[in-house]
Amino acid sequence: MIFPKELKYSKTHEWIRFEDETTAYIGITDYAQSELGDLVFVNLPQEGDDVAMGEPFADVESVKAVSDVISPVSGTVSEVNEILADEPQMMNESPYEAWFVKVTDISEQEELMDAEAYEAFVQENN
Amino acid sequence: MKLIFERSTQGAGASTQYLPSCDVPEVRLSGKMRSRQLRLPSLPEVEVDRHYSELARNAHGVNDGFYPLGSCTMKYNPAVNEDAAALPGFTKIHPLQDDETKKGCIKLADELKKYLCEITGMDAMTLQPAAGAHGEFTGLLLIKAYHRSKGDLKRTKIIVPDSAHGTNPASASMAGFEVVSIPSDENGCVDLAALKAAVGEDTAGLMLTNPNTVGLFDPNILEITGIVHEAGGLCYYDGANLNAVMGIARPGDMGFDVVHLNLHKTFATPHGGGGPGSGPSGCKEFLRPFLPDTDDPMSIGAVRSFSGNFLVAVKAYAYLISIGAEGVPEAAKGAVLNANYMKTKLADLYPMAYDTVCMHEFVMSLEKMKHEIGVSALDVAKAMLDHGIHPPTMYFPLIVHEALMVEPTETETKETLDEAVQLLRDIHAAAYADPEKMHQLPLHTTVGRLDEVGAARNPVIRYEFEA
Repeated sequence: MIFPKELKYSKTHEWIRFEDETTAYIGITDYAQSELGDLVFVNLPQEGDDVAMGEPFADVESVKAVSDVISPVSGTVSEVNEILADEPQMMNESPYEAWFVKVTDISEQEELMDAEAYEAFVQENN
Repeated sequence: MKLIFERSTQGAGASTQYLPSCDVPEVRLSGKMRSRQLRLPSLPEVEVDRHYSELARNAHGVNDGFYPLGSCTMKYNPAVNEDAAALPGFTKIHPLQDDETKKGCIKLADELKKYLCEITGMDAMTLQPAAGAHGEFTGLLLIKAYHRSKGDLKRTKIIVPDSAHGTNPASASMAGFEVVSIPSDENGCVDLAALKAAVGEDTAGLMLTNPNTVGLFDPNILEITGIVHEAGGLCYYDGANLNAVMGIARPGDMGFDVVHLNLHKTFATPHGGGGPGSGPSGCKEFLRPFLPDTDDPMSIGAVRSFSGNFLVAVKAYAYLISIGAEGVPEAAKGAVLNANYMKTKLADLYPMAYDTVCMHEFVMSLEKMKHEIGVSALDVAKAMLDHGIHPPTMYFPLIVHEALMVEPTETETKETLDEAVQLLRDIHAAAYADPEKMHQLPLHTTVGRLDEVGAARNPVIRYEFEA
């Protein structure tokens, strides 16, 4: 299981890569994809949509179930990784490259973990 | 097996040369009409017959074996129901016939509605909805029409617990509502604090199934419906799990204003490919004017043509009059007893998600097995297929990891339940003896382990002709 050092993590298993204080990319973690299993569909927001901290902004579908992807920040979607819609396996194969959205104008963020804390959190929950 | 197109031989189909010549002049369709012949399969009748027999052999129905598919109530469908539905008085009619000439059908529909109202504690019922989710949708339109009739346009949200059937949020969304999901408490029931925090002036209603999807009767049901009513919302009862309580507890007495029923589950009519279904919606008196098949100007309008899937209603009616008022609660008790029997016999090997007396179904969590030896709920389900048992519902409800949800129904004998219990115990032993082999199963079915991911990512949804 991979936990890249440069990323921050949420308790609901999203990773966040901050470009600066108000801009970030969001995706789901290696642990999340391994728990969900093979993903076959993703429902993405649209450019210009607002996302709210603690609220779902996308959902991913495996052969088992549909799961919400929760935004760890509040802000505006400035870019959407449309490739994921055609190649959902990217989320399984390289979860940390398979970003969902780029969010700008971030006004608030939940308490996030660093790689070490998140790894401990995952261990604890297993 | 071969597809019907692969069995086809050009020119082998039924000949029309023995038919009298057509006495209606032939008209050529022009313009943007289809210019090429449809590529219909061409087979002698005997080959068509063999094709369908082969399909039947490769399918599994409740008449082939045990079918404990949770939340689906795959009970046996008595043959007498089919006899009733095949009577010419029910089949050789048309909805546009003069009422005078179809009084029997009208009487049957009215009596069935009366019985269903009595069982659910509702005052009025429509038989139009064609299946469960359609019944939900209809019920939600009633709620919407009610708030609108009062000029209350700010009620745009429907509250749904996170244990709900997936159709609930989907129906609410289709009906134009915003869905608010609330978490379940540690017992798998509605979290009262979360519900209190969620209700408000924007609450149109709550959708709930009771017993819920983990097979538990919510002990706070009166408080739950009270909280929603106090906030000005209405309460919707998803009748999917009515089999556990029919004839014993009524949604109307629990505080629900609207219900839908699945005649094809609870009232013993075929489903799961053997349909069609029927999902009547019922309501309390104050919602009657909004029903689809009334002349009232406040009606939401027809949700389906005429009387819905009428022959399904005939089968449900036959079921109800054959088991009678005593048989209805007896069926519910049998369903609850059978579920608890299986649950008790399995609990030492398969950890139960909620370790209390259940209603008509129970949920096992295979998380421990998955963690210890890498064998998942899916593997166990596939293993069951090799032994002629349809697996339980997998990976639902979503609040339980590695879930297998078992609903035996009341129509199974103790011997059948014992066999299924023994099989699950044997599978458990086999899994720990050779975990790797479990990922290969099933070995003895028509097709082996299916590539579910491939099917979802690259679906092949129609036949492609070679040339």
